[in-house]
Amino acid sequence: MRLEYFQMIDRVTAVEPERLVAEARVPEAGPVFEGHFPGHPLVPGVLLMETMAQASGYLLLHRMGFARMPFLAAVKEAKLRSFVGPGTALEIEASLVHEGSGYAVTSGRIAASGRRICDAEITLRILDFPAPELAAAMRAQAERIGLTRFPSGGPDDLQS
Amino acid sequence: MASAFDRIADIIAETSDVERDSITPDSHVINDLGIDSLDFLDIVFAIDKEFGIKVPVEAWTQQVNNGEAPAEQYFVMKNLAVRIEELVAAKAAGA
Repeated sequence: MRLEYFQMIDRVTAVEPERLVAEARVPEAGPVFEGHFPGHPLVPGVLLMETMAQASGYLLLHRMGFARMPFLAAVKEAKLRSFVGPGTALEIEASLVHEGSGYAVTSGRIAASGRRICDAEITLRILDFPAPELAAAMRAQAERIGLTRFPSGGPDDLQS
Repeated sequence: MASAFDRIADIIAETSDVERDSITPDSHVINDLGIDSLDFLDIVFAIDKEFGIKVPVEAWTQQVNNGEAPAEQYFVMKNLAVRIEELVAAKAAGA
């Protein structure tokens, strides 16, 4: 994880048509922990939400063959069950709940050492890439986290 | 079973701040009921689940934006109910 750059996923470990599993290690130190909180460093809950949203986004990007871009639209039923401190190894899972026209709903979960950390239902809008730079950046990120090692879905998925 | 109109109106009332009594067959979902795009997305998700279909909102919107169909055809409640019934029938025919 590089919290300051919103790079929440370190590596994708498994991809199925409707499910993605990834891992991430919380850094030992960083500016975020100086404020959240002094003497009691914790990963902010919103960053855990972002981590589940990114896993969901990568699942959808993969399904669509990087043809369009998922944007976070809603987080529901979010539950933060355990504190997450520096150095924690996280396992992140995103599962497809529903694939609609121009949107998708996923179930996000994070665990650490077999213990549930958090979960939420996540809605993402599926839009055309607003800029070619973003499409290129998402592909670069997918390379970085090893997502492109897995055969991708066709660009026709999630259309109509 | 309740009509498609009633089921959709119930969904809108449950999903947004719109009062159930204010939803009539002639209500325009966006213009009259004031539903914003995020609430509409929630409503579509609920309709997809309720009816077991995939409402082709993107295709509808594209048709309206291209001038190929009037917005009322899809976004006035009584017409929306007909479109949903058509989608359900098409799915049943293809199943």
